[in-house]
Amino acid sequence: MRPAVSVAFAVAALFATAARADDINVKIGVLSDMSSLYADISGPGSVVAAKMAVQDFNPAAHGMKVDVVSADHQNKPDVGSNIARQWYDVDHVDAIVDVPTSSVALAVADVTREKNKVFLISGAATSDLTGPKCSPNNVHWTYDTWMLANGTGKALVKTGGDTWFFITADYAFGHALERDTTNVVQANGGKVLGSVNVPLNTPDFSSYLLQAQASKAKIIGLANAGGDTINAIKQGAEFGITAGGQHFAGLLVFISDVEALGLKTAQGLVLTSTWYWDMNDANRAWAKRWQAERPGKFPTMVVAGVYSSVLHYLKAVAALKSAADGKAVVDKMKAMPTDDPLFGKGTVRVDGTVTHPAYLFEVKKPEESKYPGDDFKLRATIPADEAFRPLKDDNCPLVTSN
Amino acid sequence: MATVAQAAALKARHDSERSVGVAFAIMLAFLVAGPFLLYPVFLMKALCFALFACAFNLLIGYVGLVSFGHALYFGWASYLTAYAAKSWGMQPEIAILIGTATAAALGIVAGIVAIRRQGIYFAMITLALAQMMYLVALRLPLTGGEDGIQAVPRGRLFGLFDLNHEMTMYIFVLVVVLAAFLLIYRIINSPFGEVLKAIRENEPRTISLGYQTDRYKVVAFVLSATLAGLAGSVKALVFQLASLTDVHWTMSGEVLLMTLVGGLGTIFGPVVGAFLIVAMENYLASFGQWVLIIQGAIFVVCVLVFRRGIVGELAHRLHVRL
Repeated sequence: MRPAVSVAFAVAALFATAARADDINVKIGVLSDMSSLYADISGPGSVVAAKMAVQDFNPAAHGMKVDVVSADHQNKPDVGSNIARQWYDVDHVDAIVDVPTSSVALAVADVTREKNKVFLISGAATSDLTGPKCSPNNVHWTYDTWMLANGTGKALVKTGGDTWFFITADYAFGHALERDTTNVVQANGGKVLGSVNVPLNTPDFSSYLLQAQASKAKIIGLANAGGDTINAIKQGAEFGITAGGQHFAGLLVFISDVEALGLKTAQGLVLTSTWYWDMNDANRAWAKRWQAERPGKFPTMVVAGVYSSVLHYLKAVAALKSAADGKAVVDKMKAMPTDDPLFGKGTVRVDGTVTHPAYLFEVKKPEESKYPGDDFKLRATIPADEAFRPLKDDNCPLVTSN
Repeated sequence: MATVAQAAALKARHDSERSVGVAFAIMLAFLVAGPFLLYPVFLMKALCFALFACAFNLLIGYVGLVSFGHALYFGWASYLTAYAAKSWGMQPEIAILIGTATAAALGIVAGIVAIRRQGIYFAMITLALAQMMYLVALRLPLTGGEDGIQAVPRGRLFGLFDLNHEMTMYIFVLVVVLAAFLLIYRIINSPFGEVLKAIRENEPRTISLGYQTDRYKVVAFVLSATLAGLAGSVKALVFQLASLTDVHWTMSGEVLLMTLVGGLGTIFGPVVGAFLIVAMENYLASFGQWVLIIQGAIFVVCVLVFRRGIVGELAHRLHVRL
């Protein structure tokens, strides 16, 4: 009896390993800012979201085995492209996800294209990733600078904010956001009085704020994000800028920034987002699961985008039964309509942009907030076909070749 | 009596040549076998930094001048190489020459200014010049600011060899770095190098012997800057990227660390130091910012326990020069 059982086990084990060898192995790399000014927007929260997506996809049921690895790119293009190169060459990573900081994302996009892998962009904003620098290996999921300008910029000009001064983060993202917002402001009859470029991760905004104050512009547009936006708004309050009748426009504000500023400072800020945890039951349920790993924090749209993009990617790989050819996987992602609990139904356009509705929010006053994280009230919904840049304005070589 | 001393000196020289030869053979064997065992891009990065550290060591180890601004030549050479290859569509060898020439020109200007002072003032002047050019790099449209110059084409060497092939690139980097290494060895062991060492040991006495030490120091400075520039130029092609990291003052600190850990004033020390530090950055990358703390700890241990550096200590124990 005993030997029979052990033989049975051995045979079973043999079959099990044989089945595992046939599995489609997929490795996903979450590349993000884990320790600096963008860490609260994505960072460790994105890793949690990616793992949740893998769990919900249930790889075993599709005969797949999915691993998630992560690394810190320190917001430096050289560090980011090194890690990407090494992941693709040595560690057999099939797709890189997230990558906040547009300068790093542009570098990673180049490496991804060279190695024919997949780049699922959630944290990076520059609309060039789906514009002049678009690539058949990119999917830009969550948001971009055009969509932010079209949301926040347009809304502010229409409510009387017709003169602008920009405080711009001095790299790809800030420049793209300033450019796209300037176009929107001018198209709607507003005027840009000036702008100042500020190095990334600046602790002291005083001289830039004084320039903004001196410009007498009604709106001070903050073309920056994360820690930089928080610093600028806090220090602006100390300079009495808002008390003097000028208004800050945070062109990219996340719920993590609002939490860091507190509602007292942040109240009244208008912002554009594609996802808010308190919009519906599905989002709330997902946020609760996410918070089990990240207690006391609230998921941003970037984190939600990581979840949805990984889920859609895995569906495409399962349909193709291979992750080897990056371009083929992205083509499959474009062919399949997107459908997931967080962003609903949508499509991946030929330039890599994922379209879904965008929402214009206003930050609540402290007395309006009923519970932690109850920070936004909805002002307007921008439908999916208006929220993102029309294909004809892309200047993306992929669009013209089709 | 004199002949005995001469014979002893000759024997010592012969022994040291033999030990250097053996060490060089070991290094060569490692570098030839390397790409079959390790990730080639990692090895190329380490080789670039090894050359950078060797160039730096030429100045600090053999003339005794502590420059704290060598990132200036390394970084600007990589910018110019990247720009020439990308925007002007130059062939890789021409792009590297342009980058190296830029470093040489910067070295002449900085050398003439800095060489007038000694010790800490010399270090501060080199640092100040480097920081000045760092801010220029941050602002100038040519360098791309925070974004750097990305997607630099590697191109075809002499129009013949496709450098996009990883192995071809590795061989090219290896040949360039070894040639520069042998050049540095030749410089150190030439009559010119003897004068440099004399300046390091006792500058007033060297002056009293009739040498115009300032001229020697400027030439050594320019040579060091040029070779650092060569390292930066090659690195720009290896990574297809030139960025602010390369001109930042932390890069000047890093090369100092590599040289000290490996062994100041030894021929092989900077190479060992560079491989060690780059390996740490590579394999400990998952610890993020902790890498800097670990590096700091190693630096402290190095200074406290073996002040001659790894290779320096080894040479001391074996009674040879390496």
